[in-house]
Amino acid sequence: MSEEVSAPIHTTPVTAPTRLSWRTGLVEYGPPALLVISLLLLWEGLVWYWAVPAWLLPSPSRIATTLVTSLPVLAEHTIATLTVTIPGFTLALVAGFGLGVALDASPLLRRAIYPLLVTSQTVPIVAIAPLLVVGFGFGLLPKVLVVALITFFPIVVNTIDGLQGADRDQRRLLEAMGANYWQLLRLLRLRAALPAIFTGIKVAITYSVIGAVLAEWIGASAGLGVYIARSLRAFRTDQVFVAALVTSLLTIVLFTLVSLLERWIVFWKGER
Amino acid sequence: MPTLELHSISKTFTSPAGPMLVLDRLSMQVAAGEFVAVIGPSGSGKTTLFNIIAGLERPDAGAVRIDGVDVTGRRGQVAYMPQRDALLPWLSVIENAVLATVVHGGDVAAARREAHALLADFGLQGWGDARPALLSGGMRQRAAFLRTVLWHRPIMLLDEPFGALDALTRAQLQQWLLALWDRLDRTVLLVTHDIDEAIILADRIYVLTPRPARIALELRVALPRPRSYTLVTDPAFARLKRQLQQVLMNDERG
Ligand SMILES: Nc1ncnc2c1ncn2[C@@H]1O[C@H](COP(=O)(O)OP(=O)(O)OP(=O)(O)O)[C@@H](O)[C@H]1O
Ligand SMILES: [Mg+2]
Repeated sequence: MSEEVSAPIHTTPVTAPTRLSWRTGLVEYGPPALLVISLLLLWEGLVWYWAVPAWLLPSPSRIATTLVTSLPVLAEHTIATLTVTIPGFTLALVAGFGLGVALDASPLLRRAIYPLLVTSQTVPIVAIAPLLVVGFGFGLLPKVLVVALITFFPIVVNTIDGLQGADRDQRRLLEAMGANYWQLLRLLRLRAALPAIFTGIKVAITYSVIGAVLAEWIGASAGLGVYIARSLRAFRTDQVFVAALVTSLLTIVLFTLVSLLERWIVFWKGER
Repeated sequence: MPTLELHSISKTFTSPAGPMLVLDRLSMQVAAGEFVAVIGPSGSGKTTLFNIIAGLERPDAGAVRIDGVDVTGRRGQVAYMPQRDALLPWLSVIENAVLATVVHGGDVAAARREAHALLADFGLQGWGDARPALLSGGMRQRAAFLRTVLWHRPIMLLDEPFGALDALTRAQLQQWLLALWDRLDRTVLLVTHDIDEAIILADRIYVLTPRPARIALELRVALPRPRSYTLVTDPAFARLKRQLQQVLMNDERG
């Protein structure tokens, strides 16, 4: 927003989050909702018309019924998945941010480690995960590490990019004031890096739940990954669909939480 | 003894076309309390000169002296208002204004009180807690200028403080600066493209040649103070303006 405000204001101005009226809401969400409902109806109709067996493709109504009946079990597995997701993501956030700041500070370190980082991302996690289980046993640790490995790369890269992308003129101003490295970091560069860091966090949080499910698949006693593996062995395709639904719901919830946090912390973004 | 002295400063940058001499043995003196304007064509090296005085760049040769002390390459010696306002978008006007005190580890609470007391003089009454995104172009420049004043250095460098503004706002701010000037008691070096601005504000004017910058003309503006914008119709003003225009036009031709 760039318009001038003509009257003086006495409180810290905060741009109000744009609230959608029901009319704009209808315009915004009406078409996709209509499309989804039509597709579900089509799916339901075709499964009924061709009498598709439930183990091959369950109908939406059957999936809905399964969702309701298996809610208690699902809740347990979801909590198990979260106890892998949250520590793994937190570990990635702390390590990724720390490494990002360190690599930004030292060009030598950056040249040495950056290529290794990129290479580490090209190794398929499916190959590493079983090795982690062999190395660390069937406890929480290998699964947390899988999530951390998957999610920490976008955080490192975006931290470095954000720190280096601070406005040149603002930087020179602080330097002219005589600011040292730490003051520059604290007063300018960390703040300026926040939007980019949040971009990294949003990518990371999107990967984190899928990462946890994958890790559980490979070796665990509880969690959505375990639930999916068991359901597949039992030809309960409806349960697989339900687990997939919960997985993406969980991801959307976490993503939304991060977005809200971003609005609160990066309050100046979009003000201009 | 001049309070700010530039002694035979040279600077060469490497450009895609090879080495590029930007400042060629440039010397200037500014006396304590004096208001000196520097006019030069775009790209002649004015901002480079300021960066050298502020210690952001090192000259290849020459020295910067303040009160006779060599401060070449040392930062934090002068207050600097950069060409773009460089206000930090996450800080309020007051927080931006006291930034230098924060960096220097001074008494921030006292600086905030001082900033509050000056808001009215700077046309920012009631805007102290607003963030820069809400300010108009002219208000942003005044906020940046307030930050420069609260830097608490006897020497201020102003790099085209009104350059990005429309003609009317610029005239208003020049008028405002004239009124404020007598109370501030600072030494000022001002870069501008605007001949009228230089004559109205300055005690003395240096005109630079196109790159590499040398001094094409040094001109004393012997108009009485306090000055006001009505000066532009004064015959003495017209004479000075013609003189400056002639030099700048000659420069353009080569
Ligand atoms: N760090 C740098 N590296 C290379 N070239 C530079 C650097 N800084 C400035 N220059 C060049 O030096 C010349 C002078 O630049 P400078 O910004 O000092 O000019 P100026 O007189 O302030 O121009 P303007 O009136 O447009 O602000 C320009 O050609 C610019 O491209
Ligand atoms: Mg410039």
